[in-house]
Amino acid sequence: MTTISENTQAAAASQRDEATGLIGFLPAKAARALALGGSGLTVAACFLAWTWTPTFPGDLTYYGSPAGLQTQVLVLGLLTALFALSSYGVKGTRWLTPAGADAAIKVAALATFGTTWYTVAAISVSLGGPINLEPGGAIVALTSLLTLLGALALPFERPAVHPVDPEDTGWDQFKHRAGNGWTAFKGAFAATGTARKLPPMHSTVEILIITGILAAALGVFTYGVGTEYDELFVGFLITAGLGFAAINKSGLMQQATQLTKKHQNLTIAGAFIAAALFPFTQTDDQYATLGVYILIFATVALGLNIVVGLAGLLDLGYVAFLGVGAYAAALVSGAPTSPFGVHLPFWAAVLVGAGASLVFGVLIGAPTLRLRGDYLAIVTLGFGEIFRIAVMNTDGTSGPDITNGSNGIASIPNLSILGFDFGAEHAIAGFTIGRFANYFFLMLLIMAVVVMVFRRSGDSRIGRAWVAIREDETAALAMGINGFRVKLIAFALGASLAGLAGTVQAHVTYTVTPEQYLFAGPIPPNSAFLLAAVVLGGMGTMSGPLVGASLLFLIPNKLQFMGEYQLFAFGVALILLMRFRPEGMIANRRNQLEFHEHDETPATPVKAGA
Amino acid sequence: MTTTTKTADATSAPTAGETVLDARGVTMRFGGLTAVRDVNLTVNSGEIVGLIGPNGAGKTTFFNCLTGLYVPTEGEVRYKGKVLPPTSYKVTDAGIARTFQNIRLFHNMTVLENVLVGRHTRMKQGLWSALLRLPGFKKAEAEATERAMELLEFIGLQDKAQHLAKNLPYGEQRKLEIARALASDPGLILLDEPTAGMNPQETRAAEELIFAIRDMGIAVLVIEHDMRFIFNLCDRVAVLVQGQKLIEGDSDTVQSDERVIAAYLGEPVADDTAAAEAPSEETPAKDEAAEAAPAEDAPAKEAPSQDGAADDEASEDEASDDAPETPEAPADEAPAAGETSEDTPHDPASGKENDA
Repeated sequence: MTTISENTQAAAASQRDEATGLIGFLPAKAARALALGGSGLTVAACFLAWTWTPTFPGDLTYYGSPAGLQTQVLVLGLLTALFALSSYGVKGTRWLTPAGADAAIKVAALATFGTTWYTVAAISVSLGGPINLEPGGAIVALTSLLTLLGALALPFERPAVHPVDPEDTGWDQFKHRAGNGWTAFKGAFAATGTARKLPPMHSTVEILIITGILAAALGVFTYGVGTEYDELFVGFLITAGLGFAAINKSGLMQQATQLTKKHQNLTIAGAFIAAALFPFTQTDDQYATLGVYILIFATVALGLNIVVGLAGLLDLGYVAFLGVGAYAAALVSGAPTSPFGVHLPFWAAVLVGAGASLVFGVLIGAPTLRLRGDYLAIVTLGFGEIFRIAVMNTDGTSGPDITNGSNGIASIPNLSILGFDFGAEHAIAGFTIGRFANYFFLMLLIMAVVVMVFRRSGDSRIGRAWVAIREDETAALAMGINGFRVKLIAFALGASLAGLAGTVQAHVTYTVTPEQYLFAGPIPPNSAFLLAAVVLGGMGTMSGPLVGASLLFLIPNKLQFMGEYQLFAFGVALILLMRFRPEGMIANRRNQLEFHEHDETPATPVKAGA
Repeated sequence: MTTTTKTADATSAPTAGETVLDARGVTMRFGGLTAVRDVNLTVNSGEIVGLIGPNGAGKTTFFNCLTGLYVPTEGEVRYKGKVLPPTSYKVTDAGIARTFQNIRLFHNMTVLENVLVGRHTRMKQGLWSALLRLPGFKKAEAEATERAMELLEFIGLQDKAQHLAKNLPYGEQRKLEIARALASDPGLILLDEPTAGMNPQETRAAEELIFAIRDMGIAVLVIEHDMRFIFNLCDRVAVLVQGQKLIEGDSDTVQSDERVIAAYLGEPVADDTAAAEAPSEETPAKDEAAEAAPAEDAPAKEAPSQDGAADDEASEDEASDDAPETPEAPADEAPAAGETSEDTPHDPASGKENDA
């Protein structure tokens, strides 16, 4: 009986402090004002000088012109201020927060705080002490802290928690309290409602909005690729990551998803156009290089996603198929070190490369796909190593002279399609398009093919059979699915797509060596990174591996200072992501359905009244 | 051999319809353990046949033998006169669909997609057709979706077509599994405990559903523990005990059979008179049942009741010296239980999927 009375007390207590924020010393009105004022001042402080010396990269010494990290803080400050205005219901800003403003303000304030304090800390550390801050730096640190405090004091609906059982041991009570605290903390950042449905709009307007979204995405990507120094890139990661989360909390992302779903084909076409515009935003070939490597990596990851994400076949040696394609294409493309001495046109080389990968896919798949789960992973891991070692040994001394051993096949000539020389610079509409940009366009074409294959096969009888096999193989067999055949198709299709990407890769890199196709290594693409890109981005989705691959390529490339700790940091990041967002950064359409289950409930009128 | 000729008679009988499923002498051994021993069973079109028995009697194993998940050690299974191929997807293709004892839906697919997967064998579009969107592709997809929606309407889930299967309540998951099985346009559907864990109202609804399936012209073979359900539903009931078919007949025959009662409730305490009485009481009861039964059922039932009579002689011997038989029973049961635990590894797994 006593327990019951205690429970009611606890419930009453939690109801009483329902309206307080995560930190409780400010009334709601003051907190909201503080968040708005703080974010406004933060924006203003971005126009001050933050440090006295241009030694700190980005030169933050000017008054009136934000540079480098200041720009990022400026953007985040503006975002916070806009969300705060929207929470006041100011006309013209209401559309910014279709799912409630408070959670968005909190995350945006956190983002501002994060980027600001990272900048301040970076200045202090790299220049030797906070003495190197100009007043502007101190002011911005203070205002961003105030914004965060104001945001955290905003009231939120506390999630119901179980009271601590006084009969528990001390450790259990501590664990319970910690758990309750964590639940409340999560509740503070949880969006209060689902986004209201978009009002009906003319389709031209919708398309314009999609264009805007894509342009913004291209802008963010270009900015990220073009970051020139480590601090800027770290700041970019904080800014983009948390800023993205804030926009997500505001419900704008949900509305954007509604739109892009409605015009799916158009969005994909638009995304390709946006991607094709990327080389035109660059003045030299430096970042186009990054772009083309990202594309190769992402294309292969997307191919792997058919095998892993759709059919659920854990393939740990996938990079070997990329290698098979690259070697096959290199051997028949007129490289002087190739023993064959033939120079096939590109289309024929593509067919040879994809075909060779297909043959190897079937050869490896046919005996191994009868295995389930872990066994398949072990066998494919072995195959990846066998490929690399076999290529090493076919150098004329240990075996037949085919692949030139560890020297690889060098000086693969540039492609030339219909008189268009991929090695030379071209001027298109006043822009200079260099060698890597040429290959960037070609790779984009290949990726379009892979995207099409992924979408069309995924949304068909065979795609459903893959997913069914992944979900429950026995039940799938009982539904009349020929499991072995369907899995072999997935495996062979994935292999040939990797081979396709490999044929271009051989030309881009000039040289193919066995060391490019490792299981794990610091440089993507390797099997481990490919798998990580798929898992990190979101299994079974189309955009997931693309995002995952971009990040996994950019982060090691940009954060050179991490050096040997790269793989360690990468591992930690992977563990954290799997703990807090196991479905990957981009949730599967099927996983997302869970969050849309309650769409039918009329949340809209309530929101409109608020 | 006599059984075969009898079933041939049954086929020619006007009301019993043609034999859809004909299992002859099905025996399944796992190493030294015989899970199913020499079971004969026929299912005719337009018929609902029940399969009951205590836990570990080999019902699910027998099901798995019928659907090609297991290849029977001895005996053969014929579907509409053709010997069934030994792989489960070919069995489904031939026209036998099934549900599972522990629900095995594709949890992360939508309700509609689940039914579309069931439609797999009736669609012929391969990878190339999907990639190049060949002319027939869109039409086939549209037809399949239409058929799937019909089935969802049939089970009353049309409004939840876009929900994830794992988010459905338990009873609806059961129904969805049936719809998924129906999607392959089967001639025979095997239901493995379709009402397990349901409340009486849901059980009643399931009963209606199964009658409706029968009315669609699909023969039904159902395993169940709910006796009221099974005796309401089934035209014929077969009892499986320790891997052997004990008796087969209409509900009255089975309900009144002493051995069935003994199998479920345990043998009466070694009481010679009771044991001796049992068979003697039984034979008249069966005769009465045969007389009482409508004439149309007669040919179909004759074979089993003859089988039963043959069994009676054997069991009379066993029953008379009760003492050696009783210790044998638990010894047999233990391995039988071990057999079912071979299946159980799936159970926690599917439970986890449910949670996830």
